[in-house]
Amino acid sequence: MAVATGNSFASRFGVHIAVFIFVAIWTIPTLGILASSLRDKDQIIASGWWNSFSSSTQTEAGRLPAASTQVEKDGKFVLQGNIFGDGAHRNISAFGVKSAAPTQYPAGTSADLGDGVTLQLNADGSFVMASPKAFEGDRGQRVYYASSAPPKFTTDNYKTVLFSEGIGRSFMNSLTVTIPATVIPILIAAFAAYALAWMRFPGRALLIAVIIGLLVVPLQMSLIPLLKLYNGVGAFFGMPSKTYLGIWLAHTGFGLPFAIYLLRSYIAGLPREIMESARIDGASDFEIFVKIVLPLSFPVLASFAIFQFLWVWNDLLVAMVFLGTEADQIVLTAKLNALLGSRGGDWEILTTSAFVTIIVPLIVFFSLQRYFVRGLLAGSVKGG
Amino acid sequence: MAAQIFSAIFVIIVGVGGCVAYFWGANKLVDLIFPSRGVAGAAAIDNLRRQGLVRPWLFVGPAMIILTIYLIYPVVETLRLSFLDRGGINFVGFANYEWAFGDREFRNSILNNIVWLAVVPAACTFLGLIIAVLTDKIWWGTIAKSLIFLPLAISFVGASVIWKFIYEYRGEGQTQIGLLNAIIQHFGGQPQVWISLPFWNNFFLMVILIWIQTGFAMVILSSALRGIPEETLEAAVIDGANPFQIFWKIMVPQIWGTIAVVWTTITILVLKVFDIVLTMTNGQWNSQVLANLMFDWMFRGGGDFGRGATIAIIIMIAVIPIMVWNIRQANKETGGH
Repeated sequence: MAVATGNSFASRFGVHIAVFIFVAIWTIPTLGILASSLRDKDQIIASGWWNSFSSSTQTEAGRLPAASTQVEKDGKFVLQGNIFGDGAHRNISAFGVKSAAPTQYPAGTSADLGDGVTLQLNADGSFVMASPKAFEGDRGQRVYYASSAPPKFTTDNYKTVLFSEGIGRSFMNSLTVTIPATVIPILIAAFAAYALAWMRFPGRALLIAVIIGLLVVPLQMSLIPLLKLYNGVGAFFGMPSKTYLGIWLAHTGFGLPFAIYLLRSYIAGLPREIMESARIDGASDFEIFVKIVLPLSFPVLASFAIFQFLWVWNDLLVAMVFLGTEADQIVLTAKLNALLGSRGGDWEILTTSAFVTIIVPLIVFFSLQRYFVRGLLAGSVKGG
Repeated sequence: MAAQIFSAIFVIIVGVGGCVAYFWGANKLVDLIFPSRGVAGAAAIDNLRRQGLVRPWLFVGPAMIILTIYLIYPVVETLRLSFLDRGGINFVGFANYEWAFGDREFRNSILNNIVWLAVVPAACTFLGLIIAVLTDKIWWGTIAKSLIFLPLAISFVGASVIWKFIYEYRGEGQTQIGLLNAIIQHFGGQPQVWISLPFWNNFFLMVILIWIQTGFAMVILSSALRGIPEETLEAAVIDGANPFQIFWKIMVPQIWGTIAVVWTTITILVLKVFDIVLTMTNGQWNSQVLANLMFDWMFRGGGDFGRGATIAIIIMIAVIPIMVWNIRQANKETGGH
């Protein structure tokens, strides 16, 4: 591939630009939720996340205090105070008193509201409203203003989702599901893979064909019978039908064809001489497997473990069928799906929860990418 | 929660320990029943032969039992259930299939699935191939590939949230916080509610899967491209072929096999796609697909197992040609071994 196809400066430059555009399209969406998860929740709705680093401007409405707080000064009735009260102070750029023209007057100028009434709203939110006649009524003047806030980053969203939205608990549930479901299939698959690769017995070819066939069987085919089976077993023993044990076994079953396929093709490729010399030395199949095959197969075992970990962690379908939706069982993906329904527009919750959900796979993926790619190349028959 | 963590650790120990104990114990048992050491010559040979007959089944036994319970039995049972009523009790013949092909939602799902099948595998393979070729030519290609590969680690639900945020809609004139509408509005266009646009919303959902799977296609195809003999490319350059001719006439034909594998793998994934549709639209606005419809019928109105099973069978039928092809390929490759 070292052959340069088109060596001109222009075409090389074009390749850089094209790849850069692809990389941008593929990374920007993820960047969006990462940036948003760290922003102040009012700013998320006030401006796009790509403006995270510039001040966000928003137009809001407020009400001045009622007439009862007026004081008489120099023959005029005056209302004074700060529009923000004791809350967060923002920077006001313009204000108005009609909803049709919310930014009619620049901040700091005195607006003439008619009948000698004037209103001045300053950038810091302080206001002075003066009138020759006494103010009346117990509803104050409505004021609109455009204000901007400096960029504000916070980890509050993470505190909220982890501790009050139940994502922290779901994180533990996901770990509870994933780790046993990753570990248990490995040994079972490894023994079967060795037998299918190096032992001669009738029906072996058929078994291999069955396993390759099962690789692509859609999960949908298994759901209803297993749901019925679990309900039946649960009722028979008087236990709940949705248990961690049930989902561990289900993930083991669904992961086995790929595990056996991947491990078998690797173990079959180990050098024949090693096996034969061990056999001549009197080693049984069991000893060959434990002392030679297992240690040599470490890379492929790691590949499978990563695959299974990512697949189980990211799974929604199996979790929704075989686990409950209560806090003590709901996994991250199912929780995120539930939040999409219940907290539809609350992007500070959704982006943060999504990032918590994807952070573990991303770490696993980046630290173990080598094994992941190896497994992908060896097992690309499987449909995910 | 402590109990939950404890039980998970307990299961790992029991699971792994149990496996070790089974394999080790079964092996010992075979040695005890058919001793090959310390017995006379002929008997030892006899016993060795018997060991050879039994031991493979001890090795594949646990895997076979689990596969039978979790995959083989369910396939048969699903087929049976598809001929029964909603509770799985009374035989109804082909009634469920007749219902399916008369049902508006089902036909809509089939149609959408066909569009998904036509677009997603092709788009992933094509983009993956282009990116693989381009990244091979630049010094930061490995980093670029890593970043494009990254979405493969993200769950479909996570990816759906990521893209829902991109597609977020605010009324016209308001500040758009979704990237797509912000760009459209910036250039003077009308912001849209992308995921409810009739027909086109399917494509906005497909983008998510393409975004995830292109990295997969890229990695596999990139490694296949590396396997192309240099001489064929050099000869083409000497003969004066331009880059496009080299790509289409020299590179692509040499990796047809890999392209087929990538294509079929993504095809199967598309048939099973469920999470994206569930989280983005749950089948509203005519964006339903078979896998989500099947899940829906499993629980709709207390669950209709007959109809659910029927939809599963339809998905399975679509997968069978690929399954047969895979088995044939594997038989060819492994030969006698």
